[in-house]
Amino acid sequence: MTININGTDYCRNIEPRRLLVHFIRDDAGLTGTHWGCDTSNCGVCTVLMDGQAIKSCTTLAVMAEGHDVTTVEGLEVDGVLDPVQQGFTNEHGLQCGFCTPGMMLTARALLDDNPHPTEAEIREGISGNLCRCTGYLNVVKAIQWAAAHPFEIAGG
Amino acid sequence: MGPRGRGFGIQVPAAFEYERATSVADAIALLSRFGANARVIAGGHSLLPMMKLRLARPEFLIDINDLVELDYIRSKGGSLAIGSMTRHRALLESQVVGKLFPIFHDAERVIADPIVRNRGTIGGSLCQADPAEDLGAVCAALGAICVIEGALGRREVYIEDFYRGPYDTDIGVGEMLVEIRIPALPNSGSAYLKVDRKAGDWAVVAAGAQVSLDGPVLHEVGIGLAAVGSAGAYAHAARAVLRGQEPGPKLFADAGRLAAQGCEPVTDSRGSAEYKRHLVAELTARALTKATARAQNRGRKTAGREGTAPEGRRY
Repeated sequence: MTININGTDYCRNIEPRRLLVHFIRDDAGLTGTHWGCDTSNCGVCTVLMDGQAIKSCTTLAVMAEGHDVTTVEGLEVDGVLDPVQQGFTNEHGLQCGFCTPGMMLTARALLDDNPHPTEAEIREGISGNLCRCTGYLNVVKAIQWAAAHPFEIAGG
Repeated sequence: MGPRGRGFGIQVPAAFEYERATSVADAIALLSRFGANARVIAGGHSLLPMMKLRLARPEFLIDINDLVELDYIRSKGGSLAIGSMTRHRALLESQVVGKLFPIFHDAERVIADPIVRNRGTIGGSLCQADPAEDLGAVCAALGAICVIEGALGRREVYIEDFYRGPYDTDIGVGEMLVEIRIPALPNSGSAYLKVDRKAGDWAVVAAGAQVSLDGPVLHEVGIGLAAVGSAGAYAHAARAVLRGQEPGPKLFADAGRLAAQGCEPVTDSRGSAEYKRHLVAELTARALTKATARAQNRGRKTAGREGTAPEGRRY
């Protein structure tokens, strides 16, 4: 079975019961996607499938065949950080970092749908991603930064 | 078997065979071939957690995510036909759904979270038949009709007959839910209210109501309750006292009390049965109040449009 992750095809022989999060982490070796509650509550396993945020602990890997999966490793392009990543850097949008990959992918999908979200829309948008450090204020600021700097070149 | 080198402490479903259906006919053929041990998987957000916990152990999973022909919302003359693969997100974003039956938007806003709503479907929600599921209560309040397809064709089942009990529906071997129909109800309004412990959680209790008005009095009334017994609790006694009456706080409080007496909540980690009955009474009365206000508001708007007001003028 083949799944395209971040533009690369990963062809593996797997059981149907393999969850997408385990395929990404253990078969494709992309450990940026985290694995948390395993019950679709916490959102640390969030990835994009065809541009839409999904929880990969509650998706079978076989269900992703034929779809384009984006993980946190795919946000950066040619060494240039995605505005969301730059926003999390600039606004200190993370503490322990465990929720960060899921938060950033949710933010990316949110901004793709709605480039100028209100604070309430951002808070609603990330309501499926839990931050156990409770650092939501800076996460919201980070996403607001990304919305305000859609084409910002990172590293400057 | 879990991830290599870490075979403990993880939740992975028991082994099963997987097929991806290419059409409704293909899905039905696969379901017929694999029999009672086959389950349809759509969003998977109810079924996969159950499989991880071994509360469900299907031997065959038929994935219907490719069946885009079941992903639609059509309105005709005030009624709705909703394909079973319609995602929660599409229901929430649909203007026609919100206009005709605002109860859907009330409920969708409090179903899980936006990421789960990207995947979960109305068909999956109803087929899971979880007593605490929100759309089951919504469909109960709206008097929905479930369209079930099998090898011999389609049949229509009223929502009251669709649910047989907790986690049990009328869908037989070799059949699948393909459409949910919401009948048109003139001069109507609807609303859904839920009490949960935290954002996106399952309901402690939720109540949905739809009313239609015949002049000053209530004509049709539907009530659906979540988390107080089997899926789709209808509060028949409460409905019976409402029909033909003039809406008001006392009437709705009485209806709420009847709904509370007639339901079957259990004491669990979300609250005592006594507390849940209190919530049923209060939420039913409030949902009826809100649904009636919406019906009256809609009636005023319609009257304005059909009256002598110049076209395009807004009230």
